[in-house]
Amino acid sequence: MRSPEPVEGAIEKGSYVVKKGLAQMLKGGVIMDVVTPEHARIAEEAGACAVMALERVPADIRAAGGVARMADPEVIIRIMDAVTIPVMAKCRIGHFVEAQVLEALGVDFIDESEVLTPADESHHINKWPFKIPFVCGCRDLGEALRRIGEGAAMIRTKGEAGTGDIVEAVRHMRAVMDGIRKLQNMPEDELMAEAKALGAPYELLKETRDLGRLPVVNFAAGGVASPADAALMMQLGADGVFVGSGIFKSDDPEKRGAAIVKAVTHYNDPEVLAEVSRGLGEAMRGLDVRALPPEEHLATRGW
Amino acid sequence: MTRIGVLALQGDFLEHEAVLRRLNVEPVEVRQPSDLADLDGLIVPGGESTTFCRLMQEYSLHEPLRGLLKAGVPTWGTCAGMIVLARRVSDLPFPTLEALDIEVKRNAYGRQVDSFEADLEVPALGELPYHAVFIRAPVVAEVGSGVEVLAVLPEGDPVIAGGSPVAVRQGNVLATAFHPELTEDTRFHRYFLGIVDAARRRSGAK
Repeated sequence: MRSPEPVEGAIEKGSYVVKKGLAQMLKGGVIMDVVTPEHARIAEEAGACAVMALERVPADIRAAGGVARMADPEVIIRIMDAVTIPVMAKCRIGHFVEAQVLEALGVDFIDESEVLTPADESHHINKWPFKIPFVCGCRDLGEALRRIGEGAAMIRTKGEAGTGDIVEAVRHMRAVMDGIRKLQNMPEDELMAEAKALGAPYELLKETRDLGRLPVVNFAAGGVASPADAALMMQLGADGVFVGSGIFKSDDPEKRGAAIVKAVTHYNDPEVLAEVSRGLGEAMRGLDVRALPPEEHLATRGW
Repeated sequence: MTRIGVLALQGDFLEHEAVLRRLNVEPVEVRQPSDLADLDGLIVPGGESTTFCRLMQEYSLHEPLRGLLKAGVPTWGTCAGMIVLARRVSDLPFPTLEALDIEVKRNAYGRQVDSFEADLEVPALGELPYHAVFIRAPVVAEVGSGVEVLAVLPEGDPVIAGGSPVAVRQGNVLATAFHPELTEDTRFHRYFLGIVDAARRRSGAK
């Protein structure tokens, strides 16, 4: 057989396929919030498939109040230098210049996040012109497809960040999955009315219906604090899990982080889940979402 | 019935399984050593190589997997899977399976912003070019004498060196720096199943 020759050919960077593809590589994994290079190394050692570089975890953002912005690039760069796994960072909803800064820093993924104070109450970022992928939060199928319509390469539930209460993430994941099941059982001639009702692009409804799932990877986020929480979200249909405050606000982050990673791999195996849940020490303290005043709900930011 | 295992610790194992099903092969998800019984072939998918290596150790999969490779069971690694199979890897704090005589550098094309798509010439798959998707791909820095290079990168990009090997084979071990499971072209999966069939025929003849 003749040996392969390096032909003249185009190399295309930053296409939607490679943006969606990185999210596909994260599947079945855990993405952990970290605020220092040391945290980042603990997360990598625990088996995280990526880290989210922050100045403060959501529980502390909640406690601090005021305006929450993109992290100091210095913090992000030091975390990027500390680990070899992908590094994500958050920008404010609609703040496309923060996103441009994060892209210039070379982060691997941008989270346009309701955890930070929104910069635009009408418009999310047009994510198509960027060379790096975005993940966005959602509460239901319509919101997920609007973000994908704007160019998001990955979706996550909003949940209620910084609470350690899984109830909102469950609500949002069930809403997305119910929306998909409804589409699949719908005759094609009712799809346009459904697109109008959901406020989402018709073509994306059609694609979701044909695939029987979202056209991009869909993670759970917002309130995951234990291995059982993580496995619950996986069994409800999540492709993977973000853990924000749940690891580094617990007694033993190394142990809890590694346990949540194993719970996501073996989410359908109760024996493994029982084994990894043993002796993890105290979970994060947590806030009951029903006790939060409406203005402190982060999930209602964005549309 | 051909039994192809897909390492399902993390990563895009479901994408590989979907292609195998399209080719009428029922995949077996591998998470524990007991899942390795009676496999005719194994795929190590894309994902995070540090996560794979960490969980391989945690679930005592490392030695059984090495045994499988030593026994000559055809194995294919894509991207992170290539890293896991390589003999030498820069900058990985875990042992690999050391089944393929290549040296690999992780993330050496750059970060995600440098991930790319390219058309490759792959003589082993026929004349049609093969459209390949590279995501934070490993660079093959050195190839041992027993390793066949199946595809190299095209020339013409100012940053990415043309001619760098991106698909290699040594006996029954196949590795690609890119992701055939993310495209519609099933030729690489069929090529791997061909290696599996040939190995089965040989062992059946013994």
